[in-house]
Amino acid sequence: MTEQLVIMVLLSFLVVIAFGIILLKDLLVAVILSGIYSLTAAAIFVVMDAVDVAFTEAAVGAGVSTIFLLGALTLTRRQQKQQKHNNYFALLVVTLTGALLIYGTLDLPGYGDGQSIANQHPQLAQHFLQKSEDEIGIPNVVTSVLASYRGYDTLGETVVVFTAAIGVLSLLGLRRRKREEDPELDAKRQCRQQNEEV
Amino acid sequence: MKYLALYNYWIVVIIMMAGFYIMIARHNLVKKIIGLGLFQTGIFYFYVSLGKVDGGTAPIFVESLEAQATVYSNPLPHVLILTAIVVGVATMAMGLALIVRIYEKYDSIEEDEIKAIERQHWQENNGEFGISLTAPPTASS
Repeated sequence: MTEQLVIMVLLSFLVVIAFGIILLKDLLVAVILSGIYSLTAAAIFVVMDAVDVAFTEAAVGAGVSTIFLLGALTLTRRQQKQQKHNNYFALLVVTLTGALLIYGTLDLPGYGDGQSIANQHPQLAQHFLQKSEDEIGIPNVVTSVLASYRGYDTLGETVVVFTAAIGVLSLLGLRRRKREEDPELDAKRQCRQQNEEV
Repeated sequence: MKYLALYNYWIVVIIMMAGFYIMIARHNLVKKIIGLGLFQTGIFYFYVSLGKVDGGTAPIFVESLEAQATVYSNPLPHVLILTAIVVGVATMAMGLALIVRIYEKYDSIEEDEIKAIERQHWQENNGEFGISLTAPPTASS
């Protein structure tokens, strides 16, 4: 019961952070909030018994992605432009989708239900928990599933990361170009200013 | 009591919809990427919540625990989410690199401003669409 209470408090905290990210205009603050968000997420994963996920979320989610976002802000700009009107259509779409999803959750097995199909499947969860120590010999079941039973999945993941690294390098290059040398930029700046005046 | 067990899923839906709203309603491109991250983490909670077993512990075998009948949480969602986190960061890096390139060419990371620049370019160049990102600046102007 205490466990569930801790999770509820942390999850409500996440909702507050998410609304902060929606409302704040300063992008730097939004990036810092998303870092806090990832760290809280890691705490929740620890309470939900997913210690490996918590490690990854703290290192990759709170660390690496915050650094990427800060780097992007350094290369672009920090302030978000004030939007003149609220987007009520977007609000309607989001509310409808959310209502449908909540309707969909009513059929789901409750949180912590050990008897649900996902947790009792004889060839997946139960197989891993009962046989992996004999078949693979690693005490951590998550590691043996990740590196052995689903090894090709992990190989695919590394391919994705490799492709993303190539993509980023080919888009940005290793040396930075000087932006001031571009004559087109002046025209675009003028165009933007004209739009702001209108 | 039945609805208390569904509390996690409802929070997941709220977080996902917050990210979704940022993605479709905010014009700032960096903000959109942050919203995409919110949406993704919502799905991570959903998977890990489904794998949780009441009274269970992390699926790691420890010798002192093996004598007792220990209940373990489902390891499979954890593995899937580990992969998803890393892939999510790779997509985010790619998106941010594209945003930096867009900023270099358009001097803006606001969607509506970029659209206005494109529209003006279109009118000035007799319907030729799009500012070339690869051609040298002198050639395209």
